Amino acid sequence: MELLWLIIAPFAGGVIAWLIDRIDGGDRRGLPARWVSLLALVFDLALLAAIWAGRHAGTGVGKYGAWFLQLKAGWIPEIGASFHLAMDGLSFLLVFLTVFLGIVSVAVSWNEIKDRVGFFHFNLLWCLAGVIGVFLALDLFLFYFFWEMMLVPMYFLIAVWGHERRRYAAMKFFIFTQLGGLVMLMAILGLYFIHGAQTGVYTFDYFSLIGTRMSAAAAFWLMLGFFTAFAVKLPAVPVHSWLPDAHTEAPTAGSVILAGLLLKTGAYGLLRFLVPLFPAASASFAPVAMAIGVAGILYGAILAFGQTDLKKLIADTSISHMGFILIGVFAWNSLALQGVVMQIICHAISTGMLFILAGALQERIHTRDMGLMGRLWEKVPVMGGVGMVFALASLGLPGLGNFVAEFLILLGAFKANPAMSVLAALGLIVSTVYALRMMQHVFHGEERRGWSLPDLSAREKGVAAAMIILIVWLGLFPQPVIDAASPALQGLEAIAGSQVKIISVAGLGRMTAPPAQASFYRTASGPLKSGALKGDKNERR
Amino acid sequence: MMLPYLWLIPALPFAGFLVLSVLGRRMGNGPAAAVGVGSVGLSALVAILVASSFINAPPPAHVYTQTLWRWISVGGFAPGVMLYLDSLSLIMVLVVTVVGFLIHLYSAEFMAADDGYSRFFAYMNLFVGSMLVLVLAGNLLFLYLGWEGVGLCSYLLIGFWYREPENGAAAIKAFVVTRVGDTALAIGLFLIFINLGTLDIQRMMNLAALHWRPGGALPTIAAALLLGGAIGKSAQLPLQTWLPDAMAGPTPVSALIHAATMVTAGVYLIARTNVLFTMAPAVQIAVAVIGAATLLVSGMSALVQHDIKRVLAYSTISQIGYMFVALGVGAWSAAIFHFMTHAFFKALLFLGAGAVIAGLGGEHDIFRMGGLRRQMPLAFWCFLAGACSLSALPLVTAGFYSKGLILSSAWEAGRAGFWLWAAAIAGALLTSIYTFRLVFIVFFGEAKAKISKKPGPRAAIPLVILAFLSVAGGFVNFPAFFGIKGSMFFSRFLASALPSATYAAPLPETDLLLEAVAAIVSLAGIYVAYFFFLSSPEYSREMAGTAIGKVLKRFWFEDWGFDWLYEKTLAAPYRWLARTNRNDAVDLFYSFIAKVNMFFHYGLSLSQTGKVRFYAAVIALGAVVTITIAVFAR
Repeated sequence: MELLWLIIAPFAGGVIAWLIDRIDGGDRRGLPARWVSLLALVFDLALLAAIWAGRHAGTGVGKYGAWFLQLKAGWIPEIGASFHLAMDGLSFLLVFLTVFLGIVSVAVSWNEIKDRVGFFHFNLLWCLAGVIGVFLALDLFLFYFFWEMMLVPMYFLIAVWGHERRRYAAMKFFIFTQLGGLVMLMAILGLYFIHGAQTGVYTFDYFSLIGTRMSAAAAFWLMLGFFTAFAVKLPAVPVHSWLPDAHTEAPTAGSVILAGLLLKTGAYGLLRFLVPLFPAASASFAPVAMAIGVAGILYGAILAFGQTDLKKLIADTSISHMGFILIGVFAWNSLALQGVVMQIICHAISTGMLFILAGALQERIHTRDMGLMGRLWEKVPVMGGVGMVFALASLGLPGLGNFVAEFLILLGAFKANPAMSVLAALGLIVSTVYALRMMQHVFHGEERRGWSLPDLSAREKGVAAAMIILIVWLGLFPQPVIDAASPALQGLEAIAGSQVKIISVAGLGRMTAPPAQASFYRTASGPLKSGALKGDKNERR
Repeated sequence: MMLPYLWLIPALPFAGFLVLSVLGRRMGNGPAAAVGVGSVGLSALVAILVASSFINAPPPAHVYTQTLWRWISVGGFAPGVMLYLDSLSLIMVLVVTVVGFLIHLYSAEFMAADDGYSRFFAYMNLFVGSMLVLVLAGNLLFLYLGWEGVGLCSYLLIGFWYREPENGAAAIKAFVVTRVGDTALAIGLFLIFINLGTLDIQRMMNLAALHWRPGGALPTIAAALLLGGAIGKSAQLPLQTWLPDAMAGPTPVSALIHAATMVTAGVYLIARTNVLFTMAPAVQIAVAVIGAATLLVSGMSALVQHDIKRVLAYSTISQIGYMFVALGVGAWSAAIFHFMTHAFFKALLFLGAGAVIAGLGGEHDIFRMGGLRRQMPLAFWCFLAGACSLSALPLVTAGFYSKGLILSSAWEAGRAGFWLWAAAIAGALLTSIYTFRLVFIVFFGEAKAKISKKPGPRAAIPLVILAFLSVAGGFVNFPAFFGIKGSMFFSRFLASALPSATYAAPLPETDLLLEAVAAIVSLAGIYVAYFFFLSSPEYSREMAGTAIGKVLKRFWFEDWGFDWLYEKTLAAPYRWLARTNRNDAVDLFYSFIAKVNMFFHYGLSLSQTGKVRFYAAVIALGAVVTITIAVFAR
């Protein structure tokens, strides 16, 4: 039940925040709505702490493999859709990240959002609830439900509280992700019918659908359907162009959630669904996907280097950093996968904080144009110092979390495909160029306008300090995160790896991963764990 | 036993950085200096205690390791945060902390009037900590952390006076150019780990010796990638262009980072991974050739500079070239010996130059100085000691012994030996000329400016100590032909960490002859400088006025056009691409789709006129067309 509460709390919190603000009449600048939202998220945080503390005490531990909590209830039995949530280390980390960034988002909106505060927090919390649902759902229908559910609130966050071109950006964001989602829905249905026709059991259940036999062509097209949705969300070049607009126009909290969480649902989808469901197809697709990743790293960096709008620059760096995710996922070995998890977390923190800084600057000087900034270090040294730390995180300086992430990804990718890894490593150079240019234009150099602005407030300093401590901690002591994700990732590797073995044993030559890609699963060691997962389909916690 | 306190050596400067970066802005100058200088001073003290413990009661196999914590552990990839102390890293630690402390002390006075006082010491402390991580790291990933850390501090300190856009540009250039090398190094780490399964330096070298064929593809590529990192950090051809610009930073920064310590990190890396380079003879020869080419190219560039710090910067590049020659011929300990003496005399020269610059109110141009000998006697004598050491004045200077060892090692290095020696001896001539050109123009002749400030005690003490070390620091390694007890002490001390030189030392008679040639060349260079720049400067002006002279001067002044080349071929195209594509060409495609949709949208909405007669006519027309098709299209 804890899993359900994790989702219900923000849902309910959002509704209450809206109602309470309506009743309150907005006289107290929306304070009740803010506190209710904070409370709901703190409740989730406490719940997560309890789950983590008690994860060994659960009855299902061991039997479920890497899962330590699950909830399965009937939902729409007629079509075989069930309300199936489950949590393993990977989901736990991502849900934790969601709640943490949620709290940060509420904090940074404290002064920025003054208009329709209740409705703002309603959208914020519903979006977070959708994201949590995505990270927990193990039924493809439910997954799609949450996938779509996070879109609409985000659309409103951008369209109502955004900047100058908010309507355009919100529309573009919605159309891109909606189209991607529709393609995925078709792929889900395709998989559903193929599985149903074969076994007579029509179900959307993740564990049942894993290992569905199909022709190589069918697997490839279905895989491509999922890939499209995840690539749009990630985003990958060339379907990235919604991102700079949406991130730039969104209010600060919206940018933080977009960069920190919504993009990561794409990464999560690749890890949890794409490769385990279609291991052979994704193995043969790997070189293409990695090439797309490399293109994203370099193209995003060039885009970022050319920008004059601070928020757009930061947004473009996300395209670059998400390229690493694509490379890491398709390298599919434990080094690269751990790197992907680290990248998900560290990018959320580092880019999130950069957006917060850009928002804080815009709140003070009402512009995002770097051509009008310069020498701000003199005026706001604390802001400058924080900016420096996260610019360095962005360029992958060792000692900060992002380095561990990118190094592991490149190391794993070198094992899988050295050429791609070497090309991706060029990202280390181009990221230096844009990150330092940003620092130079904003904080150093000539003074272009005589701005006078206050430095970070106590609340902002608190957020910044928490983020700095986290990113340094992740850079020097990443092992707890690695240990938390490790069993889950091994489970995923085992699922994907075992199928390739099963298929090749069955002698279905064309479906086997070609020998060239056999190394793709080289690290997928250990006994087949998915059997245990399938067995407890009807277990309830 | 002090060895277990090894971790304190890097930890103390880091602690200083933390204190200064959190509380620095609320501190006065006094406390900030106390923390900044004190942390490095304590670190030096611990280093000296550790050294005496290491020498008096050597640990087993002359190696002491200390694992602080497990950094990352994923599927067999488990680099720890591990310190590795042997005689090589001990020497590095001593030089870094002691010279670092002296420069910090000097800075306490030099930076006194600056509004970023505590920020300066925060960055400097961070630098010393990172540099100590670099030299103490037991595995390559941890070394890489220090490696990038010192690069960051170099960036922060070059751009320390952030209000000037040129300083920012120089800082960014330094970071980006060295990052090119760093990326090669990172790829080298991937290659080494994937093929050998470890990044622990000693294990890696053992495994490489076991599994790799000497001269094979893997050791060659791995060594070449490490070399890429080394030439970036150590400003060797063709990545040397960032160092002269790095002089934009405060002078103590140039002394510490861009002369004594960080720029020699590449030398350390190659010496540290010497087995890999021995297994890749082609790369090792490349090291020597790059070193020889660099020392000549930069020596010539140093000859024509006007800015006192740029002369010293080119000199640094050139001297590191000597270290590369030594590494390339397998004379590992000679390279480290020259690193040490260079750290003393080059730090001294920079600090002396800093005293001159501060005394003249920020003047860098040597042609606006002159006759400072009388006005600043202390700075003059100290600078002279450094200059003599740099010029390898025979017998009485440290530079003579370290450079002499490199020259005689190069001589014996097989077929290439003679040419490497010839390049190095030509470089020695250049060194004396440009060094004493500086001395004669700045300190002799007529006084052109008034001194406004003389170094106070906190600046004078480091100058005197470094002057002493620049003279006496070479006595730890008397050449064998002196026949005295304790000759080659330094090299023998390093023998537990570094293999003996690849080529046998020359016979004492040959060695004596080589040293004599070097001594003559050194003195000849000083005389040339005296003749052209002090006694008859009209000749030098005349030479510079000829057609060839003009071209050469321009060419050398602009550092052989490397900057121009990189600007035209890399920087400018990249900027152009980014600027042109600012609005993202890919987005045009989506905008086009949107436009097409809008076109039909407006097109169709035109038909919505609201006129009943129009609707009726269209309905009738539609009906006619439909019926016509239905009738005739069967």
